[in-house]
Amino acid sequence: MSLQLDNVTLSVRGETYIDNASLTLEPGSFNVLLGHTLAGKTTLMRLMAGLDKPDRGVVRLGGRDMTQVPVRQRNVSMVYQQFINYPTLTVFDNIASPLKQAKVARQEIARRVEETAAMLGIQHLLGRYPQALSGGQQQRTAMARALVKDADLVLFDEPLVNLDYKLREALRVEMRKLFESRNTIAVYATTESAEALALGGTTTLLHQGRIVQSGASGEVYRHPCNREAASLFGEPPINLLPMSIQGEECRVAGSRQPLPEAWRSLPAGEYQVGIRPHHWSLQPVPEPAFRLPVVVRVAEISGSETFLHLSHDQIDLVAHLIGIHEFGVDQALEIQVACRQLFVFEPGGELLLAPYSLRPALASV
Amino acid sequence: MKTYNNKAWWLVLPVFALVAFSAIIPMMTVVNYSIQDIFDPNTRYFVGTEWYREILADPRLLDSLLRQFVYSLCVLVIEVPLGIIVALSMPRRGLGVPVSLILLSLPLLVPWNVVGTIWQIIGREDIGLYGWILNSIGLDYNYASNPRDAWATVLIMDVWHWTSLVALLCYSGLRSIPDVYYQAARIDRASHWAVFRFIQLPKLKNVLLIAVMLRFMDSFMIYTEPFVLTGGGPGTATTFLSQTLTQMALGQFDLGRAAAFSLIYFLIILLVTWVFYTAMTHNDDKG
Repeated sequence: MSLQLDNVTLSVRGETYIDNASLTLEPGSFNVLLGHTLAGKTTLMRLMAGLDKPDRGVVRLGGRDMTQVPVRQRNVSMVYQQFINYPTLTVFDNIASPLKQAKVARQEIARRVEETAAMLGIQHLLGRYPQALSGGQQQRTAMARALVKDADLVLFDEPLVNLDYKLREALRVEMRKLFESRNTIAVYATTESAEALALGGTTTLLHQGRIVQSGASGEVYRHPCNREAASLFGEPPINLLPMSIQGEECRVAGSRQPLPEAWRSLPAGEYQVGIRPHHWSLQPVPEPAFRLPVVVRVAEISGSETFLHLSHDQIDLVAHLIGIHEFGVDQALEIQVACRQLFVFEPGGELLLAPYSLRPALASV
Repeated sequence: MKTYNNKAWWLVLPVFALVAFSAIIPMMTVVNYSIQDIFDPNTRYFVGTEWYREILADPRLLDSLLRQFVYSLCVLVIEVPLGIIVALSMPRRGLGVPVSLILLSLPLLVPWNVVGTIWQIIGREDIGLYGWILNSIGLDYNYASNPRDAWATVLIMDVWHWTSLVALLCYSGLRSIPDVYYQAARIDRASHWAVFRFIQLPKLKNVLLIAVMLRFMDSFMIYTEPFVLTGGGPGTATTFLSQTLTQMALGQFDLGRAAAFSLIYFLIILLVTWVFYTAMTHNDDKG
């Protein structure tokens, strides 16, 4: 059954929470909702689940209008940022609770609980109480409870935020496997671009209650429909610089280059370009490239990579470089980016051209 | 060799002094009285455990002890569920919150003897609203002559006075439950009973423990209300332990007996509270 939102709007006390959202989620798909805090991810999920009713618009499940159907009569499950389990019930009873509610036969319950627990690697903890478990185990229990009942729609509201890095990686990989063979619609809200890309499936970008773009995750990342989508998807966010085309020449923030072949379709005028932070280079690039004089604000070294916060003529830029690069504050530098790695936006923000090849610069030489 | 610095004892000294004057010395004085027969400050005889043996065989005392247990039990059985129900039906947001909080706190601000006086007047059949209504609908209600009515009145007084305390404690417990729990329960299609049994009650356990202990200890020491209402009557129907004790100590000036009695009284409260506490916390490790 596919889930379909048609022009769904929700406002509370004059404040718009969800603004005219339309979205179709296919059965068996894994869908990421990506957006900043307060973008409306949780609200959108509540609308999908039926916890809230939209002011306008229709929610359809398998073609049937579910807008007025309360959550108790739907077949949904949800996993939260907090680890929500019944404190007085054992892990077994926690996982079994939706099945007991649905009056499933006893032996069937035992079989399905054990199967689901085994899938999530908590079969040895079934006799314990949630309090006696680690955070990761508690969240696995909550996930098992959500998965055990074969819901039409499973919602994950930033489920991995409160877990440590290693567990997150592990659970993220498992999540994809859990849904590969299922016919449910999975929706996963997150604030992290990396998570959206790692989970694959589709990504829907949300900003201030609006759906900015929706599509296959990699596709949305490589072809953001506009400046806003490009800024939302990617961490650190994409760098934006003015660009102008005059005759046979183009200019990015003062740096001139002959007009690249792929840009010839663009008429002369003012544009804006987007540069992903990891496309900047400190070394000369062996192909047509823009060079920018910049001043170092902060060099943030994290492990074996460096985030350089720079400024060029009042414009703040970020470069994500592999390796450790130590720079003093206010040190002057020149950074470069290959012409073919630029996104070109029209002044209004719509995407005109995406990078024409994302293969590493050296590989193409 | 380790050198010890004993200066820290000076820091503890004020607490020692405080505890000594507020608890240990008065308590030991009582212990001292309870093993002597005192006629006047210079005439006293050591009697050992005689007072204790006498008291434990005194039917008057055993009667009021039994009465006291029944009373405290009634108080708990009525006030705890009622307090939970009130807390559950209180609004969770909006203007209703401060209004209901203030209304609930009002009875708690009324002094014990005032509560007694209020109900003494309101329960009268000639000028009291409730007494008059009850009698005019044909119920023969008179707390001054009917032991059952006197009992009911003292009990209702306590319920009126103290249920809000239980309700306020429970309300604070309920407020600490994050909204997502209720949301999760709705998604799980849990019934209202299941929400109460598996989400609210476990969260209320700690505040209920406090409520039960406070209400037990307090009701077990009840004195003022029945004293104001009927002076413990009719007969000895509402003469509870503390009134019996007061009569013994001040009325008859039977200090040795009264001292032995108050120690036993104290031990009973301690024991019962300990039993409650242990019973309600023994499976805490299970959550």
